[in-house]
Amino acid sequence: MRIIVLVKQVPATDNVKMDEKTGTMIRAGGDNVVNPTDENAVTEAVRLKKETGAEVVAVSMGPEAAQQALREAYAMGVDRCLLLSGRAFAGSDTIATARALAAAVQKAGPADLVLAGERATDGETGQTGPMVGALLGLPVVTYVQKLVLTGDSLELERIVEGGFERVVCPLPALVTVVKGINQPPIPPLHLKLRAKKLTIPVWGADDLDLPAAELGLGGSPTRVARIFSPKLSRATVWYRENGGREGLSALADWLTGEGLL
Amino acid sequence: MSQARVLVVAEDRVSTRGRVYTTEGVRRVNRVTYELLNRGRDLAGKLGAGVDVVLLGVALDDYTELIQRGADRVLVLSGPAGAVGPTPGQRARLLEQLIREEEPVVVIAAATTTGRTVMPLVAARLKTGLTADCTSLDIDPGDQALLQTRPAIGGNIMATIKTRTRPQMATVRPRSAPPAERDPARQGQVVERQYGEDLLVTPERLVEFIRDVTQEVDLEEADIVVAGGKGLGDRSGFVLVEKLAGVLGAAVGASRDAVELGWAGYPHQVGLSGKTVAPRLYLAVGISGKIQHLAGMQTARTIVAINNDPGAQIFQVADMGIVGDALELVPALIEKIAALKAAKG
Ligand SMILES: Cc1cc2nc3c(=O)[nH]c(=O)nc-3n(C[C@H](O)[C@H](O)[C@H](O)COP(=O)(O)OP(=O)(O)OC[C@H]3O[C@@H](n4cnc5c(N)ncnc54)[C@H](O)[C@@H]3O)c2cc1C
Ligand SMILES: Nc1ncnc2c1ncn2[C@@H]1O[C@H](COP(=O)(O)O)[C@@H](O)[C@H]1O
Repeated sequence: MRIIVLVKQVPATDNVKMDEKTGTMIRAGGDNVVNPTDENAVTEAVRLKKETGAEVVAVSMGPEAAQQALREAYAMGVDRCLLLSGRAFAGSDTIATARALAAAVQKAGPADLVLAGERATDGETGQTGPMVGALLGLPVVTYVQKLVLTGDSLELERIVEGGFERVVCPLPALVTVVKGINQPPIPPLHLKLRAKKLTIPVWGADDLDLPAAELGLGGSPTRVARIFSPKLSRATVWYRENGGREGLSALADWLTGEGLL
Repeated sequence: MSQARVLVVAEDRVSTRGRVYTTEGVRRVNRVTYELLNRGRDLAGKLGAGVDVVLLGVALDDYTELIQRGADRVLVLSGPAGAVGPTPGQRARLLEQLIREEEPVVVIAAATTTGRTVMPLVAARLKTGLTADCTSLDIDPGDQALLQTRPAIGGNIMATIKTRTRPQMATVRPRSAPPAERDPARQGQVVERQYGEDLLVTPERLVEFIRDVTQEVDLEEADIVVAGGKGLGDRSGFVLVEKLAGVLGAAVGASRDAVELGWAGYPHQVGLSGKTVAPRLYLAVGISGKIQHLAGMQTARTIVAINNDPGAQIFQVADMGIVGDALELVPALIEKIAALKAAKG
């Protein structure tokens, strides 16, 4: 059995603060991390590896520096890493990204199970996972918070509005996971050290069976036409509660006025 | 030439009603469908197009409201037999088939767990572009292209995106537009379509829907969200927030810290790694307003914050800032609201 996990490197958001005056973001430092839900996907893959002896492969598309994210995945127990990198991939939207990842999964696979994060903290689209599944012709189950493998079938629980859905799905399949599925453990030191020395194969566009026209900016059907900063700050009406309850009264009045009571 | 079409995908999950699918089929659509119709009519007006709304594998008792709220045609696609309803995979097959037949210029769906799963499956198979979680849609008066605006990087940047392939597909954040008004005079057509059974044969199978009993009111659908953070001190402090939500008929939200402390379940988490909400009122209690939390709630219509630190970042996005001790203020507020409600009868 082989499990392929899609791992994206994203900017760390820990040090991000808001500018008090302009209401825009100040990003301190240039730290990158593994996308949080991808850590959960890796953790789940490694758990299944312990259960079944599956091989776990982590695949990422990104700049050379994204090797770091793969090293972190390796330290968590992944067997093999693969980076897609090169100018041809630059400027990819979700579908161009999905095409490259799907081609890589096919070539590095076949995979019995593909795992992805529910969404990445930078783009926040959550589209890449399902798109990879569709391109590979796999059944896709999203927002999964519980995964049980019995034989070659998955029993899944997905979080939806107002509750949960129980889904049964045979392998091969693509599953996207939410944060609640597990708690990523701290990687053991010996694996961290080994990860440092790991040589990670880097594939370029030539290594994939895809026309160059389907990759990168040129292969992306969507394009950013404009970027602007929203003004986040609002004109705050202040109430300091020192026993007078003016704020609470104002809030209650507002609720009544809006017909929300 | 036939008239261009804007296709609206109905959201039929109505979670506040308990079981989504009754054995006789779904009875009504989610309110977000009417928000999409509002958007659809606006776009169609600018394009000189017609508006279709599609029900993917579920049937309603009555389609009048969809027509009165803006649909020129209601397309009802037959789904799988049985009580649990179609999976996203089955819905995607129906939608793909319909788009191939009707060739709409624009396809919009709600940015719900269903929409955010079905739309990427379809876009990938049709090799067309898809923009996630838009908060504003417009038509470029120059080239008639769909202008899709969405928050990025935790809502700190807004990006307007254009799609050069057709159809132009987008998911739209619930509550980011008001629902279309009802016009009793509006006329429209109901078209039922039956596709071959084979279209609905997918490997995955939906077994059952389990209602989350801790979500008295659904977060993404609520008019009011009352959210609690670490400032509430302990689980008993968080219970105050739940009580307040109870008297207001509001949904309960939580910061990540409150979830990690075990005061609330993960489905209640609002923010970058939780849910995105845009209610009419977001009341943040004992929440500092770290950027990752703001990412999930800053498009709320009105934000009120209760925090004992006037320097807390949450106040920067608040329309009303109440500085004080939540453990004192929340019980007082519960009392006040209960009294107001009692007086109203
Ligand atoms: C990748 C990443 C993703 C994240 N995703 C999320 C997410 O989805 N959602 C999320 O919420 N966070 C998220 N976080 C965490 C986020 O950075 C903050 O740590 C978290 O939001 C803080 O929660 P809090 O406001 O409850 O706690 P704190 O920051 O500790 O704030 C508590 C507040 O309560 C106030 N307070 C204290 N006592 C009282 C009192 N008696 N009365 C009134 N006020 C009081 C304090 O002044 C303070 O402002 C994420 C972080 C990272 C790195
Ligand atoms: N460049 C990438 N490399 C590897 N995996 C990715 C990449 N982009 C997205 N993914 C996967 O798709 C998920 C959703 O990402 P997104 O669609 O960007 O929100 C992530 O959690 C990853 O598992």
